[in-house]
Amino acid sequence: MLQFLVRRLIVAALVAATVMTLAFVLTRLSGDLAISIAGPNATQADVEAVRKVYGLDRPLLVQFFDWVGRAVTGDLGESYFFKTRVASLIAERMPITLTLGLTGLVIALAVSLPLGILAAVRENTAFDRAVQVVALLGQAMPSFWLGLLLMIILGLQLGWLPISGTGSWEHYVMPGIVLAFSAIPALTRLTRAGMIQAMGSDYIRTARAKGLSRASILLKHALRNAAIPVVAIAAVQLGFMLGGSIVIEQVFALHGVGFLAWESIAKNDFPVVQAVVLVLAVIYVVLTMLADLMNAVLDPRLRGP
Amino acid sequence: MSVSSVTSGPRRGWRSLSTWIGAVIVGVAAICAIFAPLLVPHDPFAQDLGKRLLVPFWMEGSDPSHVLGTDQLGRDYLSRLIYGCRISMLIGVTVSVVSGLIGITLGVLGGFLGGRVDDAVLFAITTRLSIPVVLVALAVVGLLGSSMTLLVLTLGLLLWDRFAVVARSTTMQVRNLDFVAAAWCAGCSRFRILIGEVLPNIASHLVVVATLEIALAILLEAALSFLGLGVPPPLPSWGLMIAEAKDYMFFSPWVIVIPGVALFVLVMGINLLGDGLRDLLGARSAP
Repeated sequence: MLQFLVRRLIVAALVAATVMTLAFVLTRLSGDLAISIAGPNATQADVEAVRKVYGLDRPLLVQFFDWVGRAVTGDLGESYFFKTRVASLIAERMPITLTLGLTGLVIALAVSLPLGILAAVRENTAFDRAVQVVALLGQAMPSFWLGLLLMIILGLQLGWLPISGTGSWEHYVMPGIVLAFSAIPALTRLTRAGMIQAMGSDYIRTARAKGLSRASILLKHALRNAAIPVVAIAAVQLGFMLGGSIVIEQVFALHGVGFLAWESIAKNDFPVVQAVVLVLAVIYVVLTMLADLMNAVLDPRLRGP
Repeated sequence: MSVSSVTSGPRRGWRSLSTWIGAVIVGVAAICAIFAPLLVPHDPFAQDLGKRLLVPFWMEGSDPSHVLGTDQLGRDYLSRLIYGCRISMLIGVTVSVVSGLIGITLGVLGGFLGGRVDDAVLFAITTRLSIPVVLVALAVVGLLGSSMTLLVLTLGLLLWDRFAVVARSTTMQVRNLDFVAAAWCAGCSRFRILIGEVLPNIASHLVVVATLEIALAILLEAALSFLGLGVPPPLPSWGLMIAEAKDYMFFSPWVIVIPGVALFVLVMGINLLGDGLRDLLGARSAP
């Protein structure tokens, strides 16, 4: 178990280091950053001044190690536009993105677990096929478009929910539904497949033979085994949701981390862009690691060599 | 390799029906994409400010020469929709060619050679998965300026993971089969075995992945264009059409409904076809 943990930690650290390098390279892609920061009307002297102030006159490698050295201590630099620390900017916006991501995940699980279980119990019936069609439709739905449709229907025509902003919990319902849509197909299919496999296994036959109730067999015995891959994928999906929420935050004007990144890209504020890429990647790495650990705890067979 | 299990009657019926629906949708989209200049009733770029936001045919007061109405600049919506189909299909196919080349190369090498090479490939896949795709694609386009070529290359470089995962696992299965051993004994080179024995035997799985990737690339392109950092205007990308029409959607909802439905139907069609191909080709074990 300890060896497993150490190996996972080393891989996670290596991934984070690689992403750091990529994020740095990414923001240097445009060539001369000083020119784009100074703006189209800048003189040669302005560009030189910008280069000095932001330390862009130093060799690339020096800039890189300077950034890495600060980032590991939690100092992500200063935003060119907001003139504040990037770390505090992200910390300020993160609760909104996290709330959105968790809302999405909860809605996704609340829909896909029952659907997957019921589809498995009624395998090859009309209900099962209907569930698979719904999963297929969910997969094809463009999230930003679904968001706009919900705004028109639930927001404008029915007047049930607020259209944009972050004032109350109601503001998170529509974006949460939209975000959940992207995870529901995979989670439903996985729950269904896991339940079908579990229901066909020997220990379920034993449980049946013992005369346990149907509910007890389904929820206590079968679901526990079917849940292992679902838990893992749910954690991974949360990571994807946090990364993908940039589109939905834009649609619903939620000023979270995704919105911050979008603004910063438009303003050439590259310390923020590279920091957000790094933070989202690290969150994803941590989540997948947690998922692996959770799996190892739930299923001792996975701890192997 | 596990071959697809026996499916019961009604399920098979539904499968073949859904595959046909998918094939028809993709076929129509392909025709629209290839013959777009011949099919459009109007110039998709011609503005006519006297005919702004005309309603589509199912609403009262529609103009018979503009079947799906016009947009906020008076451009014919049907014509823009057909050209948008061309852009979606072009991006979907080219992105999956780029990502397929990268992913299949990595996956086959990792699965075939094993050892250190495989560790490196696995690490590349893990790293790739931790990178937020939408954000990085937006940043690249935002920093370098939007163009079709850049968009295709960026998405291609970001979406190879599923190709690599499937190519790797299927190569591992094929590697240990008898005919590969026979080829070794016959003195074939590694390269020859890879091209002649392994690739043809994992091709069906890769075709299924390719359809899924085309659908994914089309959705991503639409999302990026919607955020203003995808296909540059005035090209009629469906995502861009939705973005441009957004300000009018509360008064004339059809301006976002039409391109959205087109996007949804095309992606669903590709997915249906992919699902059907998976069954036909017996590629059930692909994730």
